[in-house]
Amino acid sequence: MSADFLYGIEVVINGLMAGVLYALVALGFVLIYKASGIFNFAQGVMALFAALTLVGIMDGQIPFAHLINSIFGTEFHHFGWEVPALLAIALTVVVMVIFAWLVQRYVFRHLVGQEPIILFMATIGLAYFLEGVGDLMWGSEIKTIALGLPQGNARWFEDITSTLGDDSFFGFFVRKLDIVAALVAIVLVTALICFAQYTKQGRAMRAVADDHQAALSVGISLNFIWVLVWSLAGIVALVAGIMWGAKSGVQFSLSLIALKALPVLMLGGFTSIPGAIIGGLIIGVGEQLFEYTIGGPFLGGATENWFAYMLALLFLVFRPQGLFGEKIIERV
Amino acid sequence: MTLKTLGALALTATIGATAAMADLVIPDLSYRSGAYAAGGTPFSDGYQDYFNLLNARDGGIGGEAIRIVECETGYNTEVGVECYESTKGEGALVYQPLSTGITYQLIPRATADGIPIHTMGYGRTSAADGETFNWVFNYPANYWDAASVMVNYLLGQNGGSLEGKDITLLFHNSAYGKEPIATLNALAELHGFNFSELAVDHPGQEQTAQWLQIRRERPDYVLMWGWGVMNQVAIQEAANISYPMDQFIGNWWAGAEHDVTPAGAAANGYLSLNMNRIGDMPVLAEMQSMVVDAGNGAGDGSNVGSVLYVRGMYAAMLAAEAIAKAQEIHGVADITPAMMRDGMEALEITNARMEELGMPLVGPEFSVSCQDHGGSGMGIVQQWDAAAGAFVALTDYIAPDDSVTGPLITADAAAFAAENNITPGCL
Amino acid sequence: MFYREAGDFKTSYKADNQTFPIAFDRYRYWAILAFAYLVIPFLINDYWANAILVPFLIYAIAAIGLNILTGYCGQVSLGTGGFMAVGAYSCYKLMTSFPDVSILIHVILAGGITAIVGAAFGLPSLRIKGFYLAVATLAAQFFLVWLFNKVSWFYNYSASGQISAPERLVFGAAVTGPNTEPWVQYMVCLVFVTICAIIARNLTRGTLGRSWMAIRDMDIAAEIIGVNPLKAKLTAFAVSSFFIGISGALFFSVYLGAVEVGDAFGIQKSFLVLFMIILGGLGSIFGSFAGAAFLVLLPVLLKVVGVDLLGWPTDLVSHLRLVIIGALIMFFLIKEPHGLAQLWRLAKEKLRLWPFPY
Repeated sequence: MSADFLYGIEVVINGLMAGVLYALVALGFVLIYKASGIFNFAQGVMALFAALTLVGIMDGQIPFAHLINSIFGTEFHHFGWEVPALLAIALTVVVMVIFAWLVQRYVFRHLVGQEPIILFMATIGLAYFLEGVGDLMWGSEIKTIALGLPQGNARWFEDITSTLGDDSFFGFFVRKLDIVAALVAIVLVTALICFAQYTKQGRAMRAVADDHQAALSVGISLNFIWVLVWSLAGIVALVAGIMWGAKSGVQFSLSLIALKALPVLMLGGFTSIPGAIIGGLIIGVGEQLFEYTIGGPFLGGATENWFAYMLALLFLVFRPQGLFGEKIIERV
Repeated sequence: MTLKTLGALALTATIGATAAMADLVIPDLSYRSGAYAAGGTPFSDGYQDYFNLLNARDGGIGGEAIRIVECETGYNTEVGVECYESTKGEGALVYQPLSTGITYQLIPRATADGIPIHTMGYGRTSAADGETFNWVFNYPANYWDAASVMVNYLLGQNGGSLEGKDITLLFHNSAYGKEPIATLNALAELHGFNFSELAVDHPGQEQTAQWLQIRRERPDYVLMWGWGVMNQVAIQEAANISYPMDQFIGNWWAGAEHDVTPAGAAANGYLSLNMNRIGDMPVLAEMQSMVVDAGNGAGDGSNVGSVLYVRGMYAAMLAAEAIAKAQEIHGVADITPAMMRDGMEALEITNARMEELGMPLVGPEFSVSCQDHGGSGMGIVQQWDAAAGAFVALTDYIAPDDSVTGPLITADAAAFAAENNITPGCL
Repeated sequence: MFYREAGDFKTSYKADNQTFPIAFDRYRYWAILAFAYLVIPFLINDYWANAILVPFLIYAIAAIGLNILTGYCGQVSLGTGGFMAVGAYSCYKLMTSFPDVSILIHVILAGGITAIVGAAFGLPSLRIKGFYLAVATLAAQFFLVWLFNKVSWFYNYSASGQISAPERLVFGAAVTGPNTEPWVQYMVCLVFVTICAIIARNLTRGTLGRSWMAIRDMDIAAEIIGVNPLKAKLTAFAVSSFFIGISGALFFSVYLGAVEVGDAFGIQKSFLVLFMIILGGLGSIFGSFAGAAFLVLLPVLLKVVGVDLLGWPTDLVSHLRLVIIGALIMFFLIKEPHGLAQLWRLAKEKLRLWPFPY
């Protein structure tokens, strides 16, 4: 096989892996949008906040230490203990559930029935708020996630595939982290689907997604379901935050990963979990391939940021509701 | 709306009125929040702590106390302008904007207002031409020097010839990242190496395509002009593809502790430039005991001795020396920004003086003149030692190739002068 | 009591249809204009011009522009930053290519160019609706920023990739460049704001504005009663982009003087202007002003209170600013989803009835 073709395949494989990471973020959007019609712009910041909380708990950082020290003139930063990873993850999940409850109780319960654009704006406000709170709580330095996630190149995959080309071909490069992310994503999606299919709460959640009023009339508590989906989105955000945080350290820029998920949503549709996964894969592969074949050689590179949006835009012109989105039938 | 405007007017007016005190006012346009906080915080800590040390130990400079006015920019240009406008009325002596975008804003404004700007190793490179940019100083080094220092270091590693070597520049796709391209192109022609560019779009969290290409083409060296999250991701990706870390060189804004620590042990051996030395210096111990332990530190003290902290301290030292120089020239302790400019233009940093200040060999020796605001342009190459958790200086100060950067600077300064109707000359 | 319309009789359609039908409103409007034109220019200093008034006026134009698209025509756009960049870069190219033509004409032409670009990016709006459209406008945002960064023709091949405004004179006074007096900057922006606001006000209550609002309220119904959605949506995009382009051109040439596209016209700018119209009030010209004033003043006020008065560390204040802005946005949306303009309307209503509310 020719070298260019092999490199093309390598690009596709890496694009798929990148797509999984995008899909992880997009998943959180879909959960909330489906159940409550809220386009949650704060999903990226939730990922940042969850990752910050996880690291903070693991290191035994005192929340709001800087603020407290400044006001009271005290000097403390750490509790002096370290929390084991699994316990810390469990505690972070608890924090995200509390966060979900607070958001529902104090913000979105008061906004029921508002236009979608108002709800969207509220989530942007929430994003600012949460970002500020995250910084105040845990400080703005770059932190490292010490979960022992594997890093580096998956050598075995490289060895297996190196026979495909001539001597100058190393084999395909895949990050170990990406493989882990893909496995985690599979587990996560399976768990979500099982939850939605086989549990009482899951069925209630689907009922709410189908029709709010009908669900309400058969005795499903909308409030509970919304807290539930926000909690689930918080957990998805935690997973996304861990994976992205392992790439770059946990820092402010993590909140920008929401922007990576938006074209995925456009492509896959706002209401479909399989859509988020497949959209993520298409965007991941598309932008890597474009950069490899056209963007890099002819346009001077760095095309990833806009290409995904352009691809989604072109696609939408032909199918305005996305790949798996529900077709909206409008009546006057 | 109007009422609110008036209320704010009254509020700001009262604040502004308390300004004019007989102090040496040093504004610190810091960024301790936002995407670049990890880089901005240690620099600002070092910058402020050194002035605080002078206040605590010597009672200021020449008997005149220093007053630091901190203004948070968040690396945002508009906020930077607001900071400049709100602090200049207090008699600010010199601005250290610490952001290329803000620097470009301030160059025309500060020139019109007659306040010097010091952009240490960033900002507009051609400001080294002091006859065109009377009020802007970028000693001790600039980006084009940095590119040349890197190439000179590589020449030294390769027995004086880079003929046929492949060198790739991985850059942040912004004005900052594009700075070294012209210089590297000129150097590529001179030394016969093959130069290629790889752009990473802001913010730089996703660099798969770029590193796959590096893996494919296996260049001999990768140079990096990165900032913010791009640095951490690039170093992690280099480790992922097992690119030899000692062939991967970052510039001096891509070589601080927070850039390498997220990659852990895999970052061991990563090279970067530095315009100043770090390590144990007597002055750091003094700053620890007299400022940080005394509770006057700008930050929580966790940054003392880190790369950017020392660079901030070095910047403060250069400013303090220029103030002392200005006091000496004009014979008054309470100097004006115009006098400060004279002091900066007459600045001379010698090894003996740095030794005396308790920071031996922290920077290269250099002197500033009306023609040359750029200093010597020398830099060191430092290497990350992951086990020790510190950067170690690998080389002595390496000089850039002025015959390459000089004409580029002259040409760019001439273009700026023509565009803005400036007649180059000394003040 | 304070706000009377008793005895304010109209004897012609013209009088009945004027912008401010109530006499008190009219006097207030003229008083504000007189204050803005005749008093402020004599009081203004560098700080007030550069930190507050000029950015306020420029953002007000951008907010009016976005309000036409989002508030009147119902098309959510997140591409404002990109369109402002089009205005800025076309203004720069025009300024440097035709140095003899007045800068004021360049600014208007820059608006025109932006209108064309905006209409082009508005084409998908015929197929795509709601959030899909909002996200699609991000394509414009990212693509335009990338384009101005990549193609060196746009910044005249300068080594730094920045564009900086050369000095240009209007009636002998420098309008751009470092030697501009603060009152000149202010006056130029004020004139543009006044004209833009008048144009916008009259457009929105004319045929065109009515067709936009029909599309906003229910596009299918509007189509049935004979509003051409193609024309309505594309004109909304074009007119909106025209204003945004003017604000981008002023932002670059008069306010900042030098910009780098990614830094000045990034996605943050799009969100900022969107915040302004939401907080100020969708579908209201006054709301655009109120929102712009609110978001320009708030950070400055917080800084003055937090850092200068209370002496808190700057980073804490900066983080608190995020918290407060976020909380305020949520608070406003819960308490008054229609923004400051609605509060103003309610206040007027109360004043009209005072002291007998029923």
